[in-house]
Amino acid sequence: MKEELQKRVVKGPDGVEFEVEPLRDYYCEALPQVERPAYAQIIEDLFNWARSESIWILGFGTGCGAIEMRPLMTPRFDAYRYGIQWRPTPRQANLFVISGYLSVKTLKRVIRSYEQMQNPKYVVGLGSCTINGGMYFDSYNTIKRLDQYLPVDLYITGCMPRPEALLAGFLDLKKLIRAGKADGANHYAENFAWYKANQKQVIQDWDMPDYNW
Amino acid sequence: MQTNLLDIHARLQALLPVGELQTQRADLAFLDVPPSLLRATLLQLRDREGFTHLVLLTAVDWIEQEQFQLTYLVCNRSARLDLGLRVRIPREPASMESIHELWPTAATYQRELREMFGIDFPGSPRLDEDFILEGWTATPPYRRDFDTLKYAEETYAERPGRVTYDPAAHMQQQLYPGER
Ligand code: SF4
Repeated sequence: MKEELQKRVVKGPDGVEFEVEPLRDYYCEALPQVERPAYAQIIEDLFNWARSESIWILGFGTGCGAIEMRPLMTPRFDAYRYGIQWRPTPRQANLFVISGYLSVKTLKRVIRSYEQMQNPKYVVGLGSCTINGGMYFDSYNTIKRLDQYLPVDLYITGCMPRPEALLAGFLDLKKLIRAGKADGANHYAENFAWYKANQKQVIQDWDMPDYNW
Repeated sequence: MQTNLLDIHARLQALLPVGELQTQRADLAFLDVPPSLLRATLLQLRDREGFTHLVLLTAVDWIEQEQFQLTYLVCNRSARLDLGLRVRIPREPASMESIHELWPTAATYQRELREMFGIDFPGSPRLDEDFILEGWTATPPYRRDFDTLKYAEETYAERPGRVTYDPAAHMQQQLYPGER
């Protein structure tokens, strides 16, 4: 385990010594929970409408596809007119766009960031690489199938997809959310052990807590 | 007087038994150096001939000859000359003297070579820390006996149904269907 996760005694600025156990104090031991729908369908529909109209993307680029985000943010394609915007931290975001090939090293950071995002949250896989490995199918260091490691709500094909394809994908995602079908986060919670086993199979040096938020 | 690589090589050969100069361009040449003379050659080039910049340090796997070739590319900025020193070392055990005291940046290259080729540079700082890969346990991936495709097939889950077309035949079929 990493040194920063070891149990240790820390001296505070006031001179008082106290014990810190990062895994217990900084992270959550509780597993992710399935989010139940609201008590009445009409309320749930209202929630889903609101969710679909406020898609906040985590500003995290993994592969070539990250370059497509810039034209979307700027006036030419202007994704903001659809209520889509980018956020700097996982806590404020609800959509994780995996923008292309994902190396094992990045996958580790992606898992941590994904788990730190709050429900409701969605994952979109961008480009061939997230679907079947794309042209990185024979790479020693990239995964070939994103849905083995994270629940994917929608894929956008292409290598790389144009910004228009992303916009179309976002509109499709909105439809899924409004129909209540974008429930990847619940799938993750329900099949947590399966996802963790897959993740640990490729991440050789697993040195982080099993779940964190 | 304009310095040129031929003069530099002549001066170098007067001091050290280095190999012949293989000129690629007027401002770029390569030179074979035995491992034991590398440090002396680099010091001479750096301190006397103005090659103050280590441009890169990289390796080639000559698996058939059971050797690694290390290429040290140095640059003389004011004369705008590049000189590459080629050093052959045995593949097994692959080990080479570290030059991090001559150029601190070499330590980073040596870490990379350690991770990707499995070449040891005893004494080089932070050599055994993870560099690009994390927790890599298989053969170093840039060695030619590492089968990338096989490793990827064994390690990473695949989606069934992926097909590979020969690009030339496929495009011919797309653009000129029916023609042979
Ligand atoms: S799908 Fe193509 S553009 Fe996207 S990350 Fe892979 S190689 Fe790059």
